[in-house]
Amino acid sequence: MAEKLTTSAQVQVGAGIANLPGRLSGKKQALSAGVPSPRRMLLRIIWRERWVYLMLVPGVIYFLIFYYVPLLGNVAAFQDFSPFLGFFRSPWVGFSNFVSLVSDPDVIAAIKNTLIISVLQIVFAFPAGIILALLLNEIVSMRFKRIMQSILYLPHFLGWVIIISIWQQIFGGDGFLNHLITGMGGKPLDLLTNPNFFKPMILLQVIWKDSGWSTIMFLAAITGIDFSLYEAAVTDGAGRWRRLWHITLPGIRGIIILLLILRLGNVLNVGFEQVYLQQAGLSAAATQVIDTFVYNNGIINGEWGVATAAGLVKALIGVILIYTANRIAKKVGEEGLF
Amino acid sequence: MVPPWMERSDFVTRWAIRIIMIVLAALMLFPFAYVLAVSFSNLQDVVSGKLVIFPSHPTFAAYIWVLQSSGVVQGFGVSLLRVLLGTGIDMVMTTLMAYALCRRGVPGTKFFLWMVLLTMLLSPSLITSYLVVRQLHLIDTIWALILPTAIAPFNLIVLRQFFMNIPLELIESAKLDGASDLRILWSIVVPLSKASLAAIALFYAVGHWNSFFDAIMYINDPQLFPLSVILRQVVIQGSLPQDIAMATEAQPPDITIQMAVVVITTVPILLLYPFLQKYFTRGVLTGSIKG
Repeated sequence: MAEKLTTSAQVQVGAGIANLPGRLSGKKQALSAGVPSPRRMLLRIIWRERWVYLMLVPGVIYFLIFYYVPLLGNVAAFQDFSPFLGFFRSPWVGFSNFVSLVSDPDVIAAIKNTLIISVLQIVFAFPAGIILALLLNEIVSMRFKRIMQSILYLPHFLGWVIIISIWQQIFGGDGFLNHLITGMGGKPLDLLTNPNFFKPMILLQVIWKDSGWSTIMFLAAITGIDFSLYEAAVTDGAGRWRRLWHITLPGIRGIIILLLILRLGNVLNVGFEQVYLQQAGLSAAATQVIDTFVYNNGIINGEWGVATAAGLVKALIGVILIYTANRIAKKVGEEGLF
Repeated sequence: MVPPWMERSDFVTRWAIRIIMIVLAALMLFPFAYVLAVSFSNLQDVVSGKLVIFPSHPTFAAYIWVLQSSGVVQGFGVSLLRVLLGTGIDMVMTTLMAYALCRRGVPGTKFFLWMVLLTMLLSPSLITSYLVVRQLHLIDTIWALILPTAIAPFNLIVLRQFFMNIPLELIESAKLDGASDLRILWSIVVPLSKASLAAIALFYAVGHWNSFFDAIMYINDPQLFPLSVILRQVVIQGSLPQDIAMATEAQPPDITIQMAVVVITTVPILLLYPFLQKYFTRGVLTGSIKG
């Protein structure tokens, strides 16, 4: 993506510089009877476009303050940081924060939980979107399909607080499901208070909330498949399943791999709000993920240095993961992200 | 348009798909229906513990209670303020920068574009963002909920891509006629991009309404809690809103009050949903195809 954007920008900047001066300095050229030096030309363009630079100012300041300064703030990972002393006066401690991370059993548990939840999501939630898209694609009536899409996309737009509130009402101790079970003479389930159910519940919520929404990309890719392929397949006597297997799935392979790369790059990110909101009353060993560890240890317990170190390691691994996934995709002959 | 080969699916498959779809739709919609039903239930319905989708005597008691209590109305106000102020600022900042970045022939835009793209790869961690907001003395102000997310890099890139599709001649000729860039943006670019701008504004608005975690991090003052935080207190943590008006009236069952708060938080999004669906779908696709 980045490559495409910049090459186009380059071309345009180049073309702009090439054809602007003629028009711009037409009058002045007659006076000085010479071509202005490239540097003066550039300055002239910059002056001409001063309003554009002025329009850039708020955005650039925003990105500096809220993206680049925090990146610098990662030096706290090498400090025994205290917000009262600040970055300049907090003592430097080298790598000791990282050492204490590695030896902390809570960190190991957090990494383990993060990876388990991520793997569950990649194995179950990711294909759920594909299957749903294939099902939607088989609906003949356009009206029925549109209604279904409206219904399936809906939960995506609700925040996690709402989703989990509703979830509690359905699966909680006094919720709908338990009323149903006890009404039939069964024993109520402790789905939300038993740590063993924590990860499956997280997974189910993700499937419920976002599978519908994730079909959009796949459906768009399916629309892009050449109809004549299907027609030829039908003529050759290929049934529904063979068309699915030999035309539709290969047709959306590119987008599947692209989204999988993105997901792998985010393997250490598992819905922070979603997990945080449901941790109450359950042990950290079962529910802590890396992000909640950073939050609970940094902002709540004030172990700034250690938490920053954890965040930094996580970010670096994320970059490495997405880069590696991209390389692998290119190796197997797919278009990568960059 | 239905492609001819699709009609050939046999009777059994067609009905199988229909039935699966209807079951899925029920799974999606039932929780909402249930929450709504509980919020309108009265004490008997709740005590009997029956599964009611149609309350025996629908009552607004829970809603009346909620509207008379302190937290929810205030939270609604904070959230509304946040959505209006936040979306406004987001749109101005994003549009200005997207326009500046889409201008061809301006030296240096490539550098700033990279500056934006890099943030999509290396986003700052929770802790360092918190420290910056703290250092700027934004803690416990509404600005802590607005400024740190003023431009979403993804929205910026999508909008820039859209602006790039506007014919260059249109902008160049306006420039030759002496129009300033601000004027060009306002009278040419913005009217041509209404649909994209609407999509992005909706993105931002829903984001602000749903946003919960930044309020937990940056806001300690209960007067400034947005509705999402109140909802969590009432439903997930089970601390009911305090009645400030009258203690004489019998309190409706807790569960109906809780569900009423869920409904109140959800309704604004449902009202926006028709627009959301229309523009979001389009927005996601433009982003994916052109990005």
